[in-house]
Parts: sequence; C-alpha cells; structure tokens
Amino acid sequence: MGLGDWIGRWPVLRQVAGPDRLGRGAASRSRHSDQLAPRTTAADRVVKSVCPYCAVGCGQDVYVSGNRVTGIEGDDDSPISRGRLCPKGAASEQLVNSPTRLTRVRYRRPYGTEWEDLDLDTALDMIADRVIDTRRRTWQDTDARGRVLNRTMGIAHLGGATLDNEENYLMKKLYTALGAIQVENQARI
Amino acid sequence: MAECHPVGFQWVMEAKQRGAVVIHVDPRFTRTSALADLHVPLRAGTDIAFLGGLINYVLQHGLDFRDYLLAYTNAPAIVSDEFGDTEDLAGLFSGFDPATASYHPRTWSYDGARAAAPIGHPEMGADDHDERAAEERLGATGEPLTDKPRMDPTLTDPRCVYQIVKRHFARYTPEMVEQVCGVPADTFRRVAEAVTSNSGPERTTAWVYSVGWTQHTVGVQYIRAASILQLLLGNIGRPGGGILALRGHASIQGSTDIPTLFNILPGYIPMRRAHRRQSLDEFVAADAGRTGFWGNMKAYAVSLLKAWWGEAAQPDNDFCFDYLPRIDGDHGTYRTVLDQIAGTVKGYFVVGENPAIGSANGTLQRLGLANLEWLVVRDLQMIETATFWRDAPEIETGQLRTEAIGTEVFVLPAAAHTEKPGTFTNTQRLLQWRHQAVEPTGDQRSDLWFYYHLGRRIRDKLAGSTDPRDRPVLDLTWDYPTEGGHDEPSAEAVLREINGVGPDGAALSSYTQLADDGSTACGCWIYCGCFADEVNQPARRRPRHEQSWVAPEWGWAWPDNRRILYNRASADPQGRPWSARKAYLRWDPDLRRWTGPDRPDIEATKPPDFQPEPGAQAQHALSGTDAFIMQTDGRGWLYVPTGLMDGPLPTHYEPPDSPVANPLYAQQANPTRQVYPHPDNRTHEVGSQVFPYVFTTYRLTEHHTAGGMSRFLPYLAELQPAFFCEVSPELAAERGLEHLGWATIVTARAAVEARVLVTPRMRPLRAGGRTVHQVGVPYHWGGNGLSVGDSGNDLLAATLDPNVHIQESKAATCDIIAGRRPRGADLRRLVGNYRVRAGLTGPAGMERPDGTDQARGT
Repeated sequence: MGLGDWIGRWPVLRQVAGPDRLGRGAASRSRHSDQLAPRTTAADRVVKSVCPYCAVGCGQDVYVSGNRVTGIEGDDDSPISRGRLCPKGAASEQLVNSPTRLTRVRYRRPYGTEWEDLDLDTALDMIADRVIDTRRRTWQDTDARGRVLNRTMGIAHLGGATLDNEENYLMKKLYTALGAIQVENQARI
Repeated sequence: MAECHPVGFQWVMEAKQRGAVVIHVDPRFTRTSALADLHVPLRAGTDIAFLGGLINYVLQHGLDFRDYLLAYTNAPAIVSDEFGDTEDLAGLFSGFDPATASYHPRTWSYDGARAAAPIGHPEMGADDHDERAAEERLGATGEPLTDKPRMDPTLTDPRCVYQIVKRHFARYTPEMVEQVCGVPADTFRRVAEAVTSNSGPERTTAWVYSVGWTQHTVGVQYIRAASILQLLLGNIGRPGGGILALRGHASIQGSTDIPTLFNILPGYIPMRRAHRRQSLDEFVAADAGRTGFWGNMKAYAVSLLKAWWGEAAQPDNDFCFDYLPRIDGDHGTYRTVLDQIAGTVKGYFVVGENPAIGSANGTLQRLGLANLEWLVVRDLQMIETATFWRDAPEIETGQLRTEAIGTEVFVLPAAAHTEKPGTFTNTQRLLQWRHQAVEPTGDQRSDLWFYYHLGRRIRDKLAGSTDPRDRPVLDLTWDYPTEGGHDEPSAEAVLREINGVGPDGAALSSYTQLADDGSTACGCWIYCGCFADEVNQPARRRPRHEQSWVAPEWGWAWPDNRRILYNRASADPQGRPWSARKAYLRWDPDLRRWTGPDRPDIEATKPPDFQPEPGAQAQHALSGTDAFIMQTDGRGWLYVPTGLMDGPLPTHYEPPDSPVANPLYAQQANPTRQVYPHPDNRTHEVGSQVFPYVFTTYRLTEHHTAGGMSRFLPYLAELQPAFFCEVSPELAAERGLEHLGWATIVTARAAVEARVLVTPRMRPLRAGGRTVHQVGVPYHWGGNGLSVGDSGNDLLAATLDPNVHIQESKAATCDIIAGRRPRGADLRRLVGNYRVRAGLTGPAGMERPDGTDQARGT
C-alpha cells in the first residue's frame, strides 16, 4: 500500500474531498467497519423479555448464542415502549454478563474477618436450621393481655421490587405459614 | 419522568406534539423541565399547599365539572355536625388525642351513614380498630347506619362535603401559595388556568407523580389532594385523565398486589390483628364494607386460604383462618430496623434490596445489620448490605468494629431476569411474562428456587412434629412441579395457583367466580383471570401494529384486563360519552351492555338506570351510576370519612426538618407522624441556623436506586461516575463552593462528601419571608462497584407517614461546606459538634420543634 493510497483511505479526507460531505455514507466506511456485523445476527434465538429496571415495563428482545446472552435490544412489537430502551435498559446486557456477578455462595462466620466458601446445599440447610431455631426461640402465642398472636418477631425480610410476582407469592405464603410477619419490600420505601 | 421513566416519557412528548401543554412542577430542573412548556420550581415538601391552591382556584371560580361531581363523587354527602376542621382548630381536626398523638376519627363520619375504608384500617391497633369498626356498624348514636349517605344535590348545605372542602381550602390563595411554596402568584395562576381550561367534557388533564409525592410524612395526603382536584374536574376514569403513579421498579406494583408487606395479604386483604377470639366472619365484618365489590371479601379470603392450605382448609375449621399470624401495630421496615438495634430481631432476609444504601438513615440500617444473629443476602452483586461488617462507614469512624460484629452472613448469588421465567407487574397494573433466555451459572438461582427449596427443607425437618405451631407449615400446599437440573419450580404453575381454580380444577377466568364456601381456590383475587382458559395471559404479545391503541392483547392488566380504572365515569350518568372527543365506554341500549375499546369497570350488563333492591349486598347494592365500585357508597371521595390516620382532608404541614414556620397553621408538622427516637435519628429545629438549607434526594437516569444493578456496570458507571450534589450559583457563592470541587453536606444524622455541580438548574426561592436555597442530592452511591461515593440517604432521619409508614426523604434541612469530609473518628466528631451547636444533645426523641407536637414513639 502506497502512502498516497493509505492517506486516501483516511475517512476525513474522503469526506472533505468526496461526495459524502456529511460523513453519513461511504466516507465513514472502512475495511474494518465493512466487516462488522451486529451481534444480534449471529444469535441462535431471540427470547421475549421485559426490562428489569423501572416500572414502565419496556419490551426486550434477548439475543442468545448457546447459553450466553449476546445482546439485548428493545422490542418493537411492544405498545408500551415501541422498541425503545433507556440507558439502563440498553446496558442490561452488561447487567446479566457482568464479570463481577456473584457465582458462588459467600459466608462470613460470626466475628469473622474474611469471606469463606460454602456449598450451596450446606448453606440452604444451615439457613433452614436457623429459621426453625429462631422461630422456636422467639415464638409468641399470646400477648400480655391474652390476645392470640401466633407469630415470631425474630425473623424479618426486606425484598426488592425486581422480584417476580411468583417469587413474592411463595415468599409471602411461606413466611405467613411460619408466622413471620415482618415481611417488607421496597414498595414501602 | 424523563429522568427516571424515560421511555414512558415518549408518550408525553407525543401528546405535546399533538397540542398538549406539559407543566413540570419540581424543585429541580431536569430533562423533563427542559422539554416542558412550563417548569415550576417549588420548595420541597409544599405540594399540598400547591394542590390545595388549585382546589381553591376551582372552587372559588366555580370551575368544577358539576354533572360529573354530582353523579360520581361524594361532594353532595352530608357529614356529621360533630366534625371540626383545621380552620376551627388551629390546624388540627376534631378528635385529636395529644397523649397518643393520634386521632379518634368518629366525628369525621357521614351523618347517619356507614362508610368503610376499602381495605379496612390495617394500620390500627386491634382495640382502636374494633372500636372504629363498631362505630361504623352502629354510628355515634348507636342507631344502625345506612350504607349510603344523605345527599344535598344543590351543594349548598353547609355540612355537605362540597362546602366543607371549600371552607377547608379557602385560605390556599395564589398569594398563600407564593408564600408557602415560593411559586410566584402569577406563575401559579398560569398553571391553574391551564389545568382548569383543559378539563371538562371535551378535555382531560392527567397528573403524573412518583416518590416525590409519596416519600413524606404526609405522602398519602399528597395523593389525596390530587384526587380531590381530579374529581372536581372530572378527570378520573376518563381517557387522558387520571392520577398516574410512576412506580420506580420493574415489579414494585406486583410487590404491592402480591405483597411482601406486613399489613396485607395478596389482593389487599388485611392481615389479621391480635384478638382473644375472632372468626373469619367477624374478621370480614370488621374490615369489609357490606356494599361495593369489597362486599365479597369473604369469597376472596376463603379462596386464598384454600390456595394456601388446600384440603386442610375446611368449613368446620374456618378454612384454617387461625393459621394466620397476627399483627398488632406497625411492623414496617423502619420499626424492624429499630428492633434489630434493640436485639429482638435475630434473622434477616434481604433479597434484591440494599437497605444499607437505599433506606433512609443508613447508619440505623447498618447498626441493625450489625446486631443480628444471622443475615441472608441474595443479590446479583456484592452489595454494601452484604459487606457492611468489613467496610461500613461506621467501621471507619469506630462506631462499629468488625471483630465485635456477631452477625453470621450468607451471601447467595441470584439469577438475573434473563435466567428465569416469570411476571413483572408494571406501573399500569400490566402483568408481562418474561421467557427464560439462558440458564444461570454456578450457585446462581432464582428466588423462586430459593424459597421453594427452603420451604421444602423446613417442612422435611419439621415432618412428624406434633407441635400445633408447625401445622400451618406442614399443611401448606407446597407441591410444585420442578424442571431442569436444578429442580427449578415451575413459575407457570405458581402463576396458575395465583389465578385460581374452580371446583373442577380448571383455571378460573374472573374473580366474580370466587365463592366463600371453599369450592374455589385463588392465590390473589385481583389477579384472577391471568390464566383464564388455561392460557398464560401475561405472555400474550400481539404486536402493537395489529391491535387497537388500548392494546388489550398485550400482557394482562388486573383486574379483568381493564386498562383504565373506574372507566364507567368516562360516560355520563345515562351511559353516553361525555363528548365525542373523549369517548371511551358507552351503554349500548340494543345490545344491553357496555361497549368500547376496554373492558368495562362495572358489570358489563348493568344498565345506567339500574337501581339496587333494598338490602342488596356487595356490587348488587350499587346503582348503574355508581362508578367507583370498590367504595361502599360507589362514589369517588373528595372527603374521606374513614380510613385515614391524619385527617379526612389534606392539610399543609411542614416537613419535620423545615426552614420556616408553617405559614398556614399554628400546627407545624403532621401531628400524627411517626418518629423513632434514637440518638442517630434526630430532626432539626424549625428555621435552624445550624442547618439553614433545604435538600432533596432523587435518582438519575443512569443509575438505579441503591446501585446494585447500575454501579457495577461499566456503561452506566462511565455515564455517572461519581456522587455529586447540585447547588445554585448563589449558594455556591454564599458557601465558597467550586464547580467540580468537593462539598461536605452535614445533618444531625451524618456528613457525606460529594462533588459539586454548580448550576442555574437549582434556583433559590423566596418562601416564608426568606430566601430558601435547595441542594440536590442523588442517592445512588455506596462503597462497592465501579462508581463509588458516599450515600446521600445517610443524611436523612427516618420519620414516617402514619398511614403507610413511608419515610420523609424528599424534604429535609442541612448545612453544606466546601471541601472533603474528615476521615475516621473525626467524621463522627464533626457530626457531634453540629449536634451540640444545634442543641440536639438531650435524650433522643424529646425534641418537639413545634410545641404542640408529640413524639409518637411506637
């Protein structure tokens, strides 16, 4: 490649010298950009979803290759969002593919100074034991005036508002059966 | 709206293109203001005065929509002559008890008629509740009450609601609005003229709000004020009208409908209260109105009990009604945090939430976390609520020490929204199903998985127990089909249980099918129909190009797929549209049914001239013009005769931290606000010279609440890389603050440092006879992630609305000084010195800044 040829490929020169003065067409192209293809074209499938940030409920098309999300775009079919996403919704591919996402259980023992590893099954078992034990220790049958309480005030819950309806339903059902009443959500905040 | 619900704002822009006038009332100038026809900055915490000014403007100029008002609201209803207004009682309503800082609301009732609050009085203690319920049944005189109040259609009786409202707001003049809100009277008049000229048969005006209206000690009354205005103008139940709550999160509406909230069961059925003995029938009688759709509460409640306890729930055991635990007061999240500090709460589940950053008064939150026996955090990222024991700000100051914190912490990785199927309910009550795109990796699991398997394991461990306390757990219906290698429970099976089934086991299609005899089971009555015809209705995605503008085949809205609530009011009493321009529903006399682009929010075949039989119950007691079908009297309430803790009408009270004395009343702040006495939870003196500035907290487009879903993302962290505060050039000059430099913001609660954005977007206001500077504080930050900073919510005190226990986080006072904050123990000394200067050194909870107020320590 001669020097003149190399300079001639320079987009700004082609924009100034060529017909595409606004740099919106041929002048902005290069061999590199000609080889680019949207990540979405290589996807195995497109899955219909909903943005997890605010309460507008924008439709999302989730592009998947293998078991990996390769891109998330607005769903043009949606009468709510008409294909648009805001900065957060448009960044949600980074939300699901974040390299800092937790993948393993972390455990800090009482008075500990470091994280420790813990098997998920063991963690679930330990949590179940603590619920049962705390419930027994803090159970209230009645109050001082003899009114029925049938509850524990030893166990509390605070949930975020990105939980699914089905998840909230199982939570409320289980906590209520356990007698845990201090069950709260971002909806109160 | 353009900042926090940007994609929804496209519809506002589309309306503007078609001629709509857009007005933005907000202390700060945002992208919404930039695109509005008029931005009206006001002093944070004064919206009731502003809305009250609009109500007064409508009433003084006779601009109400009279036909709508007479037919669909309680404007003509006659109120008890024992009622005393704030105008007569220096800012208090009749029935105030200073000893308990609460109201006995008996005198607020209709004259001789019973009204029931749509969901009872879930916030009251059992004794107060029973007393009030008995009053509602019998009335003050002991005579049985009628269900419908006496009416004066001329609206001239001095005791009718219309006249009471008119007197209540008479002093909310444009000049008073200017004095309270700092909005020039002429600007206010422009707003009033725009709103009133754009309302009536031919036009409608919509109000849109978010937590700028709810996060106050008078938040419920903010919404009430908007309700009064919109009912006066006939803007409810009609296309282009309404009061639209823009809720902040993907399924915050769903979290309220199927509540993880202490005071309600699914579908807004109240939780049980402590009693010596109470049957299901007594519970229903105490909480439900006899008339209106809540008259069917027993069917909703029995169907819920059947969904939860299945075969164990039988008529002879009151359908396991006694399995329900009881509440006896406030058990909200702030009460729980104080109880954590006191040591009575041992274990805490925090699921997809980050209270160390996202809740008011972060110090209290972290002191609570540090005093637990065990903590379970489930999240996508390592958030501050999980790491408090090693890096909380209180560790740095020495208030907490890692080695002394006994909390056992389990951090469990959660699955993302693409890694599990399920529904969100968006801000318009629309359920939308997400299909699963990929499998989660490692230990990541859905919360559905976690709770299903936790419940399964607890039930296994309790199996064989003879302890009656364990029966509710062991009798629970908990057999969900599982799928895949992780035994993921079927979300669709759970949704179907929520929808409910009939005697034949088939999915129900409407809540009107629910029965009180145990023959139906339904997990949430308002969601009944979301699985009609055995079809996952929220998964419907008929493209918008292929259906009407109402788009009824996109997802599914509760109740009954209705897209505009109370849409009976879109037609006149005879069932004809109020105007061709605003046509929505109409009664078709040939078909003998309601027709239109939406499902009617009334029985589809109930004619406009329907009159109920004497003694009829539930919806059958409502006439064909009773548009507000959840109310006992079928009418929209300008005046609330029962159900609120702080009065039947909105009244301007100053926030707990305020720069000025209340210009309207001797009563400074909401007399029934909830305060939690704690040395780190003090409020400031009115007009404090130590804390002379107002600050307000808010969110940015590029971050999400407490940051767990945004501060860890490179794109978003790059867009908003640091905690900052917004100040006006005038305040910057007064305090020597430099643009892009550092400032330290101080309250009696905490001191935080932020980058300074000096901008004319913040405007000093003239209010209460003085200049009020306001500081803008976005609250997303914490120490973890890619974009880090101090937490703005640390500056707030937790002081709550008495109705719903939501905190005041939009209006408080502070000092601001140039430079970074001190480090280590010096930081605590700085805050301590401010407390000394402000005189806040006595026992916590004893400050009564307004003389008549009582600290309501609960």
